Amino acid sequence: MTSSNPRPRAWLWHLLLLAPFVGTLWVPFYNAIDPRLAGIPYFYWYQLTWIGISAVVTAVVYFATRWPD
Amino acid sequence: MSHEHYAALTVFVGLFGLVTALGFVAARWRRADLDQLHEWGLAGRRFGTVVTWFLLGGDLYTAYTFMAVPALVFGAGAIGFFAVPYTIIAYPFVFVVMPRLWSVSHRRGYITGADFVRGRFGSGTLALAVAITGLLATMPYIALQLVGIQVVLGAMGVEGSGWMSDLPLVIAFAILAAYTYQSGLRAPALIAIVKDAVIYVTVIAAVLVVPIRLGGYAKIFDAVPPQKLILTPPGPHDFGQYSAFSSLALGSALALFLYPHSLTGVLSSSGRAVIRRNSALLPAYSFLLALIALLGTMALAAGVDKDPAFSHGFARYGTNFAVPALFLRTFSPSFAGFAFASIAIGALVPAAIMSIAAANLFTRNIYREYLRPDCDGKEEATVAKIASLVVKVGALAFVVLAPQKYAIQLQLLGGVWILQTFPAVVVGLYTRRLHRWALLVGWATGMTVGTTMAYQLHFKGTVYPLHVGPWTISAYAALWALLANLGVAVVLSAILNRAGVDPGIDATDAPDYAGGP
Repeated sequence: MTSSNPRPRAWLWHLLLLAPFVGTLWVPFYNAIDPRLAGIPYFYWYQLTWIGISAVVTAVVYFATRWPD
Repeated sequence: MSHEHYAALTVFVGLFGLVTALGFVAARWRRADLDQLHEWGLAGRRFGTVVTWFLLGGDLYTAYTFMAVPALVFGAGAIGFFAVPYTIIAYPFVFVVMPRLWSVSHRRGYITGADFVRGRFGSGTLALAVAITGLLATMPYIALQLVGIQVVLGAMGVEGSGWMSDLPLVIAFAILAAYTYQSGLRAPALIAIVKDAVIYVTVIAAVLVVPIRLGGYAKIFDAVPPQKLILTPPGPHDFGQYSAFSSLALGSALALFLYPHSLTGVLSSSGRAVIRRNSALLPAYSFLLALIALLGTMALAAGVDKDPAFSHGFARYGTNFAVPALFLRTFSPSFAGFAFASIAIGALVPAAIMSIAAANLFTRNIYREYLRPDCDGKEEATVAKIASLVVKVGALAFVVLAPQKYAIQLQLLGGVWILQTFPAVVVGLYTRRLHRWALLVGWATGMTVGTTMAYQLHFKGTVYPLHVGPWTISAYAALWALLANLGVAVVLSAILNRAGVDPGIDATDAPDYAGGP
């Protein structure tokens, strides 16, 4: 298998990988103390959540662009 | 030294002995001819998903990460959490870019980033610039691993005066040098498994036990001064800490895989699928890093710096002592020894890989390129092994002889410098429209701009406030320098290409970038 796939669809899947960049680099989304979660301010648990989201997004793109030889 | 110190030291030395044995045994693992550079320095490019995961995790998350990130949070507050977005966005980037580099390196036998630049642009000079930048950025990074070991040794009361004070460090590093010489990349790959196990145990214990002692997470965050809890919002003519936070995260993420030791980790994997799979699996370490950053918040809430028992440590090691102090306060002496061993082993793995990567760079891009172009494979491997020793002795001498703050300042500069190879290495993977001489001038511009900014900041930080009209934009100097670098490279390429200046011979072709398992 290769990632330089001639099928145009594969490219669209890769666009999903931009989401973690937007979600974490645009600070106004999350520079706040409330709402807290289990005592942890929003600023902190928002970033922790994005670790999980980006792992899932990367896995989705991996499986979506993987195909048999 | 007290009784507690002996308990901690016993556990520490025991674990250290275990990884030493592993380091030597590693030579027999997946046995092959270690007299070939791609076997000694890249372990034959045969590491699968699991070993690559351990190796890259052990490689990228260094002892300095474990100390400097919480130390920054402890000292400066929320801005230190830029490390979390940094490691979040690094992996999607790796997912897209690094399989291309793996493929072309596999097809053409490249073992360093400079090898690729040499082949792609047909320019020995540009390759030399990339190789020297890699060496310059790696040396202080190795020195900082030693600083990490020094701090935990100090926390266990191992600190004499005069030359005796450095003896434990010298012994630890001599052992490391011996098994790296013998086993090559196989040693840190095997030790990385132990490293991860002890670090996960330590960090999970800390994030469970410390909040119990301090009365829960709500209490911890309530104890943090409000101005340190979140970032400073933008004012009328600046972006507050927002631009610094984002640019530090982005710049660090783009720089991470330009470091020679990261490339060594990527290129030793057995295929592009392994790299792509790892991009989805490596965020497990990002989670660990976030927890480690939280240790800085906890140390802040616990007020460890106000404890007279730790005043000596803080005076000697600065905020880097925050996490060791938190461990000493929280854990029993023997578990503190375990925790300190995890930091020290955490230093050995990257130090070994960094010295191997530096040795590969020297051998391939300086020795074989300029000194002995017709050397055979065995000579190449022998030179690399010796180079790995020289690099370690150099780092050790630096830490022992120069004040600690120089190592830290050089490491900051290293991050600024290594990002200046981005246009040649990463942009070069996609297009050849940038001219080789334009890339060289761009690189020189970026190095100059970045170094000047760091100088103006007195090498104390890397966030540079740029004044644009009424605005003050504070951002990571590495990113400012990269913008200058790219600007020059693009404009000059247009001119040189139009003028018909010889662009050099491209030894690679399009299928090189997509092939392989």
